[in-house]
Amino acid sequence: MGNYAELFIKAVFVENLALSFFLGMCTFLAVSKRIQTAFGLGAAVIVVQLITVPTNTFLYHYVLEEGALAWAGLPDVDLSFLGLVTYIGVIAAMVQILEMVLDRYFPPLFHTLGIYLPLITVNCAILGGTLFSVQRDYTMPESIVYGVGSGFGWALALVGLAGIREKLKYSDVPEGLQGLGITFIIVGLMSLGFMAFAGIQL
Amino acid sequence: MSSAAKRALVAPVVDDNPVTLQVLGICSALAVTTALLPSLYMCLALTVVAALANTAVSAIRHVLPGSIRIIVQMTIIASLVIVVDESLKAFAFETSRELSVFVGLIITNCIVLGRTESFASKNPVGLSFLDGIGNGLGYSVILILVASTRELLGAGTLLGYTILPQVAEGGWYNPNGMMLLPPSAFFVIGLIIWAVRTWKAEQVEKPEFRIHEVHRTEAL
Repeated sequence: MGNYAELFIKAVFVENLALSFFLGMCTFLAVSKRIQTAFGLGAAVIVVQLITVPTNTFLYHYVLEEGALAWAGLPDVDLSFLGLVTYIGVIAAMVQILEMVLDRYFPPLFHTLGIYLPLITVNCAILGGTLFSVQRDYTMPESIVYGVGSGFGWALALVGLAGIREKLKYSDVPEGLQGLGITFIIVGLMSLGFMAFAGIQL
Repeated sequence: MSSAAKRALVAPVVDDNPVTLQVLGICSALAVTTALLPSLYMCLALTVVAALANTAVSAIRHVLPGSIRIIVQMTIIASLVIVVDESLKAFAFETSRELSVFVGLIITNCIVLGRTESFASKNPVGLSFLDGIGNGLGYSVILILVASTRELLGAGTLLGYTILPQVAEGGWYNPNGMMLLPPSAFFVIGLIIWAVRTWKAEQVEKPEFRIHEVHRTEAL
């Protein structure tokens, strides 16, 4: 159990997808103007990570990896070069299915998350989570924990930044630094803060 | 060269830079820039993918139904990235280890999808190819600036050659370790944006609020 807790903490704080791997930066900067929208997108990312990271890890271990097709009587086949196309296809399909399911069974949730779902297909945090999980050879339970953890960490960073930017509206920023420039510097400071978590052991 | 072609090629370098103005492709611009060599490979990979993806999407723009265009574009880009990824593994294995997942992440690099969607799906093949190269160059300029700043100040080297001899090796330069850590990438890009916008004042964003200095008589 402790093993999984450590993986979770590591994924949230130490290896934060947004602040130490710079993933999903485009949406991170674009959707962090208001706390409420940041919450919506953050929740959507957690849900999508929870689904896609384990699915892709499963596909890699049972279909794509060298020798993975042994169960089908094809022990010599190595499909790992098809990885990228498979993952992005799975992500796009999952997002589409999630959108339809939410629309059908949870309309209120669909109205809050709906507009962010298409954005998520091209969010590199999602594809990055999958690629890290495959590269580090996580087992199925580990990939579930990593998926949730990395999604949660990204959402946390997003909501934090939105909070700061809401306050920032009232400050007097030099002209050329207005908007994008100052946001970068703030994210840099946040990233510096998150580095304090490095080396945490459970 | 006609003026439209020249514009497609040159405008993205400074006036309409993908990183500092369009806010596209920032993830990889930050992540791979601790040293100059991997950044150069990254620039090359992205420029190739952007140019070829633009060409391919532009070539099929009349026969592609609007409803499935995103998924088709994604498939084209993903296939190109696989080719680039496999060639890097074959010819520059060490660098491809260093870039780890970031080559794969060119698929979701918003520069590529952003340009195929907003430019290549409406313009002829030749122009789209040039636009891809131009945006690749604009991205490369920023990447090379950030990477050389970080490698020079962080390790005193450029492309692995010593420029500023470090104190630890008997030189005089005391390296700034923070430059090799993630936060510095944000600071350097923030400062580059500031510099570009001081030079090109029309790129400055309008503030949401103007803080109004209240005169003593108004307050009463």
